[in-house]
Amino acid sequence: MRFARPATASEAAEMMAQEPGLTRILSGGTDVMVQLKAGNVDPALIVDIKHIPGLRAITPEAGGFRIGAAVSGAELAESAGVRALWPGVVEGVELIGSTQVQGRATMAGNLCNGSPAADAVPGLVTAKAVARIVGPRGERDCLVADIPAGPGKTTLAKGEFVTSIFLPARPERSGDAYLRFIPRTEMDIAVASAAVSLTLDAAGVVIDASVALGAVAPTVRLVPAAAEAIVGTRLDAAAITAMTAACSAACSPINDKRGTIEFRTQVAGVLAKRAALTAYSRAGGTR
Amino acid sequence: MKSIHVSTTVNGDAIEFICAPEDSLLDVLRNRMGLTGAKEGCGTGDCGACSVTLNGRLVCACLVLGAEAEGAAIGTIEGLADGDTLHPLQQSFIDHAALQCGICTPGILVAAKALLDRNPDPTDTEVRYWLAGNLCRCTGYDKIIHAVQDAAHKMRSA
Repeated sequence: MRFARPATASEAAEMMAQEPGLTRILSGGTDVMVQLKAGNVDPALIVDIKHIPGLRAITPEAGGFRIGAAVSGAELAESAGVRALWPGVVEGVELIGSTQVQGRATMAGNLCNGSPAADAVPGLVTAKAVARIVGPRGERDCLVADIPAGPGKTTLAKGEFVTSIFLPARPERSGDAYLRFIPRTEMDIAVASAAVSLTLDAAGVVIDASVALGAVAPTVRLVPAAAEAIVGTRLDAAAITAMTAACSAACSPINDKRGTIEFRTQVAGVLAKRAALTAYSRAGGTR
Repeated sequence: MKSIHVSTTVNGDAIEFICAPEDSLLDVLRNRMGLTGAKEGCGTGDCGACSVTLNGRLVCACLVLGAEAEGAAIGTIEGLADGDTLHPLQQSFIDHAALQCGICTPGILVAAKALLDRNPDPTDTEVRYWLAGNLCRCTGYDKIIHAVQDAAHKMRSA
């Protein structure tokens, strides 16, 4: 295994494209180091991207924020601006691991690790966040929702890697929230999870919504039918019931010792309901 | 396999070492520098026994490559005491018998120090959540929380 610490993103993309063997990006390392230790991967080249200019920066842009791919969870959580604009995204990132893991783990790494249970991803998907990707043929932007391709898999081509994630501006009276179920209070992986982002009009009626579920399908799943069920409402009981049903209908989870298909399918709807109520209240709505 | 030459700072001292690309920072600290305070418990970032600071952030040394230490500032348990004078946290753990086998203790002390540096007056709940990534399998956590709170109290009144 070779270790490289390139000075620019294009240099990093070039060396990964030219390496015939397996390559891995090292940012926070909280997934890659575990995979190395377990012998699950045997890369020929490890590329540490933390010293590429801008990758550790949180930069205001067009009313939103560009989060460098090497910004740790702890650094993100200390950004009052991001927390105020996208509280649901930040609370998802903060649920990942311990204090020690937060000191290293990154949002981009959580995305590119490809876990269906990744806590950062449902919030990013409902935020319509956009990943900036650098590869051997240059730079491109891609919706975060289009990056996961299945457990441990992404749509990134050889040599491509995420350099930043853009969280856009949002209209006034907007709110978002993320919730997961785990069998204890800390330090676990989601059995099911849900993120909801919504915008209200002056009367408290939902005029735009987005709902995404985690750990109930091979990738984080956007559920347009759940969003449609609450648009035009003030989250009355009928709307909530319809949204919950749409969420459960969108689930195709696995059955394992951490949760049965029936449990995950039901809990995903319950979490979406609770996340919607929190998002509604964060948007300034009163029911 | 190519060896990597690394220049770093450990507990304020400039240090150079050679490591293999796959060596973790924990391997380097223990096997090349002889700093055996950080322990390998799980090796996968779950137990916190290898807690150190990297550029001021609390991390698990088992989840950092030795090569990443280039140009960084590392803090370990060996840097906690001031010569023969124990840090108030160390003294408090002795006074409160907040350890039995001691394997988790260096990591917990480094983690607790990082907490008190940021928050000199934490609630019990804040201490528990901050230390959620430091597992202890013999003392039980109450004595550890009491020891951290007593040290925090003494440090505030110092």
